[in-house]
Amino acid sequence: MTDTEQMQKTLVSMTVNGVERSAEVESRTLLVHYLRDHLGLTGTHVGCDTSQCGACVVNVDGRTTKACTFFAVQVQGATVETIEGLAHDGVYHPVQEGFWEEHGLQCGYCTPGMIMSSVSLLKRNPNPTDAEIRHELEGNICRCTGYENIVRSVRYAAEKVRAGS
Amino acid sequence: MFPGAFTYSRPATVSDAVALLVDNPDAKILAGGHSLVPAMKLRLAMPSALVDLRDITELQGVEASDDSVTIRAMATYNDVRDHEGAAAALPILVEAINVVGDAQVRDHGTLVGSLVHNDPAADLTAVALALGGDVHATGPNGDRSISLDDFFVDLWTTTLEPDEVVTHVTLNRPSQHSRMAYRKFAHPASGYAIVGVAAVLGMDGDTVSQARVALTGAASTATRLSSVETAITGQALTEESVEAAIRDVTAGLTINGDQFAPEAYRAHLVEVLTKRALLGTQA
Repeated sequence: MTDTEQMQKTLVSMTVNGVERSAEVESRTLLVHYLRDHLGLTGTHVGCDTSQCGACVVNVDGRTTKACTFFAVQVQGATVETIEGLAHDGVYHPVQEGFWEEHGLQCGYCTPGMIMSSVSLLKRNPNPTDAEIRHELEGNICRCTGYENIVRSVRYAAEKVRAGS
Repeated sequence: MFPGAFTYSRPATVSDAVALLVDNPDAKILAGGHSLVPAMKLRLAMPSALVDLRDITELQGVEASDDSVTIRAMATYNDVRDHEGAAAALPILVEAINVVGDAQVRDHGTLVGSLVHNDPAADLTAVALALGGDVHATGPNGDRSISLDDFFVDLWTTTLEPDEVVTHVTLNRPSQHSRMAYRKFAHPASGYAIVGVAAVLGMDGDTVSQARVALTGAASTATRLSSVETAITGQALTEESVEAAIRDVTAGLTINGDQFAPEAYRAHLVEVLTKRALLGTQA
């Protein structure tokens, strides 16, 4: 491959948190770098960079997604939801509220991914058992909490969502 | 972490995808990407072109008929698990999919991709072998079907040609009187199978009339345990008959060993998990 080809960029557009966004990127640009470096949405974190830790989880067309394991070009035309899109008019999403109320974080680095995975989990299963919460969050690693308060946070959110519906 | 540069295309038809593969022998197919993209980030794989199948509508979906379940190339693990017909016909698929990777892998990774990648520690390779069926591929010379029994060759190697695209796999649906199970001993960090065993048994009353038992994780590729299949056929499914059937389970197999699971330990796990899979089979 020649240098010219390597530098070739494509205009990639997608709906991010309800807003049409686009940027010119190389085909090898990962979705997480597209979001952080090109759109300035730094709430999505880079943790391990090897598809294991889940700090970069976002939702793509309703599917839970490690943004470090997708190229931005694959997501062309898709609808993406990141941690920045959860709160509305200063009101936290029930999962965000759960993490606040139940002390579901310490350093906070894994939290955006943990919350985005939990949002997907509750859409799929609004009344999960603790075992189901742990199973569905297996792709998200937290080195601070020991997970107990994260499970409580998701349970809080599940109860809140059910009470509100 | 940046992979090497590549050109990216999204063909609209299978024949366009095949043409792109013929044009560039170094091109790789991108489906769910949950094995390929991590490998590219580590630069273990550096294809100069990716052919993304996501726009090809004929590669989407799952169907269940009276005698088989068809899983198309772009159907994700969760598409299969959430398909009521497939889940009811082949509960072993649900059982195995629930222990694949994590929620993100299950939401994007494809079952067909797992078969084609043929990771020696994949779960669905053993399950597909235990069910039996055919892989359907399209190449420059047209369509062909490959029996799953002839598909897996060796570490990351199948009988597929580099310019062929798998369109779908058909998995056999056993008779009503069948029992099946998948049992896995997972690596605690990676979640991959150190050893996994899938068993699909046809029953005539209390007697095993047909058996397909397949192993993953322990050898260089998923493989059928033919000595076990022969020994259990014609027997009632009891602790004693299973103990007898697994006596020579590792004979003729080259068992992998590494720092996590030396050969002797893995061989022991093969016995334990074969027994658990057989005794754990459910209608």
